[in-house]
Amino acid sequence: MRLELRGITKTFGSVAANSAIDLTVEPGEIHCLLGENGAGKSTLMNILYGLLSPDSGEIVVDGEVREFTSPGDAIRAGIGMVHQHFMLVPVFTVAENLVLGHEESRGGVLGWLDRRKARQDVVEVSARYGLPVDPDALVEDLPVGVQQRVEIIKALMRDAQVLILDEPTAVLTPQETEELFTVMRGLKAAGKSVVFITHKLREVRAVADRITVIRRGKVVGQADPKTGVRELASLMVGRDVRLVVEKEPREPGAVALSVRGLSVRDDRGQLAVDDVSFDLHAGEVLGIAGVQGNGQTELVEAITGLRPAQGSAELSGRQLIGASPRTVLRMGVGHIPEDRQHDGLVPDFSIAENLALDEADRAPFGNMLMLDLDAIAKNGADRLAEFDIRAESAQTPAAALSGGNQQKVVVARALQRDPALLVASQPTRGVDVGAMEFIHKRIIEQRDAGKPVLIVSTELDEITALSDRIAVMYRGKIVDIVPSDTSNEELGLLMAGGGAEDAAADEAAPVSDAVPVSDAVPSAAEPTETAETAEPAAAEPADTVPAPRAAESPVAEAEAEPVRDATPEEAPAEESSETADE
Amino acid sequence: MAVATIATPAVLAAPETDVRRRSAGLTQIVLGVVALFAFGLGSRTAHGASTTFGLTLISKQGTKVPDWVFPARPVIVALALVCVLIGAARLAVQLPRGWRLAGTSVVLFCFTFAFMAWSAADPKGGERLIIPSLLNSMVVAAVPLVLGALGGVVGERSGVVNVAIEGQLLFGGFMTALVGSTTHNLFIGVIAGTLAGALMGLLLAVLAIRYLIEQVVLGVVLNLLALGVTGFLYKSLMQTNQSSYNSVSQFDSFRIPGLASIWVVGPVLFDQPLIIYVTVFLVVLVHLGLFRTRWGLRTRAVGEHPAAADTVGVKVLRLRYRNVMLGGAFAGLGGAWLVGNVGNFTEAMTNGKGFIALAAVIFGRWSPFGALAAAGLFGFTAALADQTSSLQLPIPSDLLSTLPYVATLFAVAGLIGRVRAPAADGKPYIKG
Repeated sequence: MRLELRGITKTFGSVAANSAIDLTVEPGEIHCLLGENGAGKSTLMNILYGLLSPDSGEIVVDGEVREFTSPGDAIRAGIGMVHQHFMLVPVFTVAENLVLGHEESRGGVLGWLDRRKARQDVVEVSARYGLPVDPDALVEDLPVGVQQRVEIIKALMRDAQVLILDEPTAVLTPQETEELFTVMRGLKAAGKSVVFITHKLREVRAVADRITVIRRGKVVGQADPKTGVRELASLMVGRDVRLVVEKEPREPGAVALSVRGLSVRDDRGQLAVDDVSFDLHAGEVLGIAGVQGNGQTELVEAITGLRPAQGSAELSGRQLIGASPRTVLRMGVGHIPEDRQHDGLVPDFSIAENLALDEADRAPFGNMLMLDLDAIAKNGADRLAEFDIRAESAQTPAAALSGGNQQKVVVARALQRDPALLVASQPTRGVDVGAMEFIHKRIIEQRDAGKPVLIVSTELDEITALSDRIAVMYRGKIVDIVPSDTSNEELGLLMAGGGAEDAAADEAAPVSDAVPVSDAVPSAAEPTETAETAEPAAAEPADTVPAPRAAESPVAEAEAEPVRDATPEEAPAEESSETADE
Repeated sequence: MAVATIATPAVLAAPETDVRRRSAGLTQIVLGVVALFAFGLGSRTAHGASTTFGLTLISKQGTKVPDWVFPARPVIVALALVCVLIGAARLAVQLPRGWRLAGTSVVLFCFTFAFMAWSAADPKGGERLIIPSLLNSMVVAAVPLVLGALGGVVGERSGVVNVAIEGQLLFGGFMTALVGSTTHNLFIGVIAGTLAGALMGLLLAVLAIRYLIEQVVLGVVLNLLALGVTGFLYKSLMQTNQSSYNSVSQFDSFRIPGLASIWVVGPVLFDQPLIIYVTVFLVVLVHLGLFRTRWGLRTRAVGEHPAAADTVGVKVLRLRYRNVMLGGAFAGLGGAWLVGNVGNFTEAMTNGKGFIALAAVIFGRWSPFGALAAAGLFGFTAALADQTSSLQLPIPSDLLSTLPYVATLFAVAGLIGRVRAPAADGKPYIKG
């Protein structure tokens, strides 16, 4: 099936998310849609899938102009979509999810479900495309990679000829990503087309037949997969990208944060952080690397007082564990939480109010009873200028900002108090390149001012660029603490648990409970991905991990180039607003 | 993610925490001690008093069964000791889940039985608790709860919270009385009551789905609306002219031959108005519908993840409209039962039954059979309060009549712990 988009334009308010976009997807090709967060990729695909209607432009399927007003229309036209946030009912079985909407039923009006037939269909389609799933497994029990497979099967069962994958690798481990690429090549061989939406340059080069680059809602170019990473990056961002963080080597000072025997349980009562000890010196950046879901979140929550824990974490001799979040803040801990939408900001509050949120009850923002609105407004205006937050004024609600500017607000709040310790979780997740450079610079400034900085990131390049030392977490334990010039291969091995304590960690690892044995992902040692978030840079060490298809991994070639993938995951809610400041 | 983690105590998933184990064990011991001193060793059971349980339902035909008489004090003391022992065991050892449940059930049964034995204890043998009457009264009380809860289940499974069950019961009952009286046909009245409930459901659906009004607040407002409107019409229309506007015949019993002759329970379960059988049938039907049919699969999908259902072509809003109306119809039928059971409508006659039905939805974990069981439990406590009120207990009867509400509170707060509602329950679906 040949799919053409002609002159698609869509504006949200005054922002053109898509302007006059042309795109042709030939049968049997893997067509990559490359662009930064907020470039308009998801908007375009939602139009194609009938979830949004374009202001102008047309969709042409096999030479015939079609109009999609609902996903149903798109499905009937042979378009399937795997959403970034899966459209699966967690409490349903795989088979129930797959038949939903076009159930085979007996008994006419009664609509009696034919569950046997449903299972057969699932087994048949999954066998035909080499996508093994257990039709009776509950979706919520499956690893993210397998859930994604279910989504792909869902599209295939509806006879999709064009399959849209929206940022499919954002939630995958390196091994699962490789698996997915194999599946994509298999679909191509079966004559289907794949539209692969991403912002990760290495993946594009690994799998694409053709690349269309989108920037600020416009197609800015077509590229060949052989194009260099650097060239692709500047095409995507619109300028030459300097992605190396400049920092002078520095002698670290005395121990500032001392963590001893810290153990933390996750929501399910499992041991997520298992007897972790480390020291963080003044004037040092310690990066915590690891695949998402290996205890990093819980570690940070314990240190910042958000989660009860056993053990000790002393900041200049004062105990953080057991203290309330407020006390921890008062001790001078600045926290950049990993999810700004959820934990970092009150979206309906203004920038100024968000900036005063953690100290609203004390000078200069107010006292126990009253807020000093003038002080709050003034502080807002000052930070707006200092942190280059692009907004009309400090009274603009945080929700109206792009992801990068929202993150700057969160960073500004943590830094304006001149923290005695900075804890930054995923400091640049889902932000544009400009904001990322800015935030990195501010973090290094903290270090240079002699402050201890703890960085948690699933993006390996970010960790290596910022850190003085790197601690790798795997299944709740710190596998090793290594210098920042350690190669990515070595780090990748550690992230997969390949350290000295590997065997011991395997025994004790409660995290692995979540991985069913039936899981068809090749590397059984892979910890489960529980969050819906990214770990993009981790894709690099794929070929160093003993995965069956590792030899095929084409990502390694890109490694020599000093270019970092632009940004991880984009939140769909940001999509429309993000173009505003670009 | 992270905030959600704070809201959920990390201990929840662990086997059983010490706090929970201790509180459960202590509660059981306290129940035992109360049973021992208040019931077993109190003045009511002194002087060799014996307990008399009547086993024949006087109002209905059937074989006469002799009374069951036993010495009150030894039996109650034994039951109380069982409670204490089970509680002590719970305190002392970590028990597996199955044992914990069994223990809790036995304690509740012993305590209840001790209460019943105490209430019917009398040295002269004059006081008696008629068990089939108790059961009959339980069935009668449970029917509107089951139907109301079923209405709640159907709506909430598709993602619309139905707090307006009370209002739907009330309006259903009112219309049954009005139409049944004017047409002199109770059956037509029941149909009208059912439709009236569906109409209330439609109102809820339009305001919740179309106008996105917060559903709990909306439900409360609709209840007040139903209370006001029926109250006004009752006063202005029915009270002045009872015979033409508020007088329906009562339901006839429909005796199932054979089954109705079963010892003690036969007359209670199988010699009842048709609606009772219909209610049980509806429970089975809704259960099969929810878990075995296309409608059920879509309903549950829409209640859990409406966007997922939408992307595969399920009409989310239409399904919700239908389900909420269907739920209203169930509740309306429940209201019809209330009227047909006594023969007329009285102001605010639902008296909180809709809210107990709502509790039954949650206590029954959004499943039809769960709702049936929960409604049965609440119906039993109501019946117990009702039947023991004539026994001249030292407990004031007004206090006794709060028993169903107390039981509801304990059931919802204490016994079930956390239950998982449909994920999209109460959340309006806005496309795009």
